[in-house]
Amino acid sequence: MTMKNNLGIYIHIPFCVRKCPYCDFYSCISDSSVKSKYVKSLIEDISSYKDRRLSADSVYFGGGTPTSLTSAQLCGILDAVKESFSLSDDCEITTEANPCTVDFMYLCELRQAGFNRISFGVQSAVDSELVSLGRLHSYEQAENAVLQAQKAGFDNISCDLMIGVLGQTEDTLANSVDKLCSLPITHISAYMLKIEDGTPYDCERIRNSIVTDDTQAEFYLSAVKRLSENGFMQYEISNFCKDGRMSRHNMKYWKLCDYIGFGPSAHSFFEGRRFYNERDINGYISDRSSVFRIEDSSSDAFCEYTMLSLRLSEGISRDRYVSLGGSQKKFDSLSKKLVQEGMAKSNDDRLCLTPKGFLLSNSIILGLL
Amino acid sequence: MKQENIRNFCIIAHIDHGKSTLADRILELTSTVALRDMEQQLLDNMDIERERGITIKARAVRLKYKADNGEDYVFNLIDTPGHVDFNYEVSRSLAACEGAILVVDASQGIEAQTLANTYLAIEHDLEVMPVINKIDLPSADPERACNEIENIIGIPAMDAPRVSAKVGTNIRAVLEKVITDVPPPKGDENAPLRALIFDSYYDQYKGVIIFVRVKEGSIKVGDTIRLMATGAEFQTVEIGYMGATDLVPIGELKAGEVGYIAASIKYIGDTQVGDTVTTVENPCSEPLPGYKKVNPMVYSGIYPADGAKYQDLRDALEKLALNDASLSFEPETSIALGFGFRCGFLGLLHMEIIQERLEREYNLDLITTAPSVIYKVNMTSGETIYIDNPTNYPDPALIASAEEPMVEAHILAPSDYVGNIMELCQQRRGFFRDMKYIEANRVDLHYDLPLNEIVYDFFDALKSRTKGYASFDYELKGYQKSKLVKLDILLNGEMVDALSFIVHADNAYARGRRMVEKLKENIPRQMFEVPVQAAIGGKIIARETVKAYRKDVLAKCYGGDITRKKKLLEKQKEGKKRMRQLGSVEVPQEAFMSVLKLDE
Repeated sequence: MTMKNNLGIYIHIPFCVRKCPYCDFYSCISDSSVKSKYVKSLIEDISSYKDRRLSADSVYFGGGTPTSLTSAQLCGILDAVKESFSLSDDCEITTEANPCTVDFMYLCELRQAGFNRISFGVQSAVDSELVSLGRLHSYEQAENAVLQAQKAGFDNISCDLMIGVLGQTEDTLANSVDKLCSLPITHISAYMLKIEDGTPYDCERIRNSIVTDDTQAEFYLSAVKRLSENGFMQYEISNFCKDGRMSRHNMKYWKLCDYIGFGPSAHSFFEGRRFYNERDINGYISDRSSVFRIEDSSSDAFCEYTMLSLRLSEGISRDRYVSLGGSQKKFDSLSKKLVQEGMAKSNDDRLCLTPKGFLLSNSIILGLL
Repeated sequence: MKQENIRNFCIIAHIDHGKSTLADRILELTSTVALRDMEQQLLDNMDIERERGITIKARAVRLKYKADNGEDYVFNLIDTPGHVDFNYEVSRSLAACEGAILVVDASQGIEAQTLANTYLAIEHDLEVMPVINKIDLPSADPERACNEIENIIGIPAMDAPRVSAKVGTNIRAVLEKVITDVPPPKGDENAPLRALIFDSYYDQYKGVIIFVRVKEGSIKVGDTIRLMATGAEFQTVEIGYMGATDLVPIGELKAGEVGYIAASIKYIGDTQVGDTVTTVENPCSEPLPGYKKVNPMVYSGIYPADGAKYQDLRDALEKLALNDASLSFEPETSIALGFGFRCGFLGLLHMEIIQERLEREYNLDLITTAPSVIYKVNMTSGETIYIDNPTNYPDPALIASAEEPMVEAHILAPSDYVGNIMELCQQRRGFFRDMKYIEANRVDLHYDLPLNEIVYDFFDALKSRTKGYASFDYELKGYQKSKLVKLDILLNGEMVDALSFIVHADNAYARGRRMVEKLKENIPRQMFEVPVQAAIGGKIIARETVKAYRKDVLAKCYGGDITRKKKLLEKQKEGKKRMRQLGSVEVPQEAFMSVLKLDE
C-alpha cells in the first residue's frame, strides 16, 4: 500500500432545508427518496477508488447542508470512505452543520462514527441579522448547538461569521465576534458578504442597501483586529484559529495539495489534473460514468501558486515564485511598494500580506502575474 | 457632342437640404441608372457618407437628357462635398462647372453652409440657379425661402423650380432650367491641352484615376500627359466618362467635356486636386489658375489601443492615404501611448471621418490625442518654428512671442439664441465683428475666433446652446499674436506627454481645473492613491485625487473551486488590458478621450 499521497477527500451534500438567499453553492431541496438514492450513488462513486489504495488525512463533508441527511446516512458515507481509502490515524474528519438540524443524539452518533471536527454556519450573533440572511436558526439555537457538540465530544469546532450583513454595524459586528470567541470553539471563518450572480440577493434592492465596499473593508479590518485580541490568529484571508488548529482540509486547497471531490459540483485536483463534476444531482444519480467530469485544461502552476499562496498569512515564497517563471523585478518592485503602504510584510524569501493587503489581494495577484 | 449641347453643373446645399436626393432623382429621370441598380443616394457611396448624410468625396456622373425642345444634351453633374474642411476641393469642383444648382430647404431657408458655398460659386463666376426643395413638407414655406435667397444672396429666385426630390415632384423643370440658365462650356478644341483635376482616387487595377474637366484642347488614349504642378509625366492608358455605376471608356475627351484619365499612376500624391493636365507633345504655356497645395490645419496623435497593432495602423493609414491626398501622417512616439502617428487633417470633420474609417473599415481600436492647431513660435534667437504637437512646445524662456491661427466664422441662428451664442463665443475668446438680421427672427453672427478654440468641441457646444438650430461655417484667416502657455498633466507626479496641450494663458486655470476633474471621473480607483495635477511650467495650478480603493478580494475560496477564481482573475486581467499603464497608474482609453469633451 502506498501511503505517500495524503489526500483530502471532499464530499458534497447538495441538500438544504431552505436555500439562503445569498448562497450560490450547489444545493436543492429534495425528499428523502432522492436523498437515499443520492447516498447510494455517492457510496458507489467512493467505492470505485477502492482498488487504488490511496491514503488520505482529511475528509470534509460540505454542502448544501450535510446534516440535512440522517446521521446514519452520513456515517454510512464515512464508512465507505474508510473502506476505500486508507485514513491516517490523525485524520481530520469534518462536517458542516446547520445549527437547527442537529441535536445531541445526532452529534453523538457522528462523533461515534469518527467525525472529529464540526463547522457550524452561525453567521451572526444578532437575531435580526440572521433573519435578514434568511437563516432558520436564532443565535441561541446556534450557541446551544455548539455546546451540545462540545458535550458530544467535539473539541475542534468552527463557526462561520459573516461581515457586511444587511443591518450590521461596527458595534453589532464586534458583539458577534466577542460572543463567538467566548464559545468553546477553535476556529472561525469570517467572510465578507458577496452578492453572487443569479442568487435572490442579486437584485437592485439588496445591492442598494448593503454597505459599500469601503465600509465593508473597515468592518473587515476591525473584525480581524478583534478576533486576534480574542486569541484567534488569522492564517488565511477569511480564516482564524486558536492554538494552531487550522482547517487541514481547506489548507490543501490553498497549498496545492491533492484532493478528490465526490458529488455534483465537487472539484478535484488529483495527479496533476483539475476536474470537477457537473452541477446536476439527477445526472449524478442516473449516469455518473459518462460526461460528468469536466477537465480544467487551463491548470497553470505559476498562476495557481501565486493566487493561492497570497491567500495565506504565511505568504508567497519569492524563490518559488521565480522558479515557477515569475519576474523577480516585478516581485521586488511591487513588494517594496506594498510594504511601504502597509499592505505587506517581507522577510527574506517571503512576502506576506497584511489584512489591509488581503483586502486588495486580487489586484496584488494580478500585479504579480 | 458639340459644346452647345453640354452642361456642366454642380449642386450646392446645406447639409440635409436634399442635395444627394435631388441628384438621385436626376439620375433616375435621365435613366442613367437602371432602376434595379438604384440604391438610395448613389453618389455618396461611402457608408459614412450615407449615414451622416454628407458628401466627403466629390463625384461626377455623365447624364443624357432629351429636352423638351427635342434636342439631346449631355449633362455632367459634379457632386461636391459641402463641408468647410473640404473647401478647396469644393472650389476645384466648382471651377470645373459653368453653373450651380443651389438647393434650399423650403422649411429651413438659408443656412451658414449655403451662404459659404454660394459665395464660393459666385466667386468662380458660376451661374447660380436656385431650386426650392422639400415642398411636400407641411412646414414648407417656399415664398419665404425665395425671399431669403433674393434678400441675402441677391440673386433672383422667384422663378426657381419648387420641387420635392423625395417624392419626385417637378424634377424635369430643374433640368429644363439647367438648359436655359446654365451656359454651355467654351474653349478651343484645337488649343494645347489644359484640363483641370478636380478629384482622383486609387483603383487597385488601373492605378490612380483622375477626374478632369477639359478646358481647352483634347486628349486621347496614348498621349503622354504632364501634371504641371508636380511635373510628373505618364502615358494615358484609358480615357472615358463617368457612368453612374462604372467608368465608360471612350478614348478621347475634348474641350468642354468632363471625364477621367487612367495612366498607370502609382501615387495619388502625384495627382493633386487643382493641378493642370497638359500633353508633353504640345504643352500649354500657362497652367489653369487657382492651384494651391492644401495643408493640414489640425493635427492629432493616433495610437493603437493595443500596441501590437502598430503595423496594422500603419497599413490602414497607407491605404486611406492612397485615396486621400490631404491626409498626412508620420510616426511619432509618446511615453504614455507608445508608438503611433502624428496625423494632419483638413479640419475636424476630416479628422473624425479618418478616425471612424480606421475603426470601422480596419477594425482598429484607437486612442487619439487632443487635436492641435499649428502654432507659430518666434524664438528669442530670431528663428520661427511651427509646432503641431504640444509636447514639442519650447521652454517659455526661449520664446519671444507666439502666434495662433484665427478663423473668420459665421453663425446663423434664430435670434432667440443670440445671447447664448455670444456667451459661447466670448468664452472661446472670439472677437465680435458684426451681426446681421437675415430676416425678422434669424441672424448672421460674424466672429473672429482662434482655431484652437473651435477644434475641441465648439460645434457640439454651439448645438447644445441653440437646441441644434445654429449652423456654423468658417475659413482660415491667418495668424495672430497670443499669450499661449503649455499646460501639462501629471499623474502620480509623472507628466503624461499625450495629455499636454497649449492654451491661452487667461483660460489656463479653468481648463486645467476642468481637465483634472474630468480625469478624476474617468480614472478608476486603483490600489494606490493617484494625484492628478495640472501644471504650467512646473507650477501646479490644479489638483484632484483619485482615491485608492479598499477592497478587491475573493473572500471565499472553499470547496477547492480554483477554476472559478482563476476565471474571475482572467476577467479582471482582460479589463486591465484595456488600460494604459502610465508609470504605476492604469488609465483607461476613455480617460484620454474624455478630456476632448470638456464642455459636458
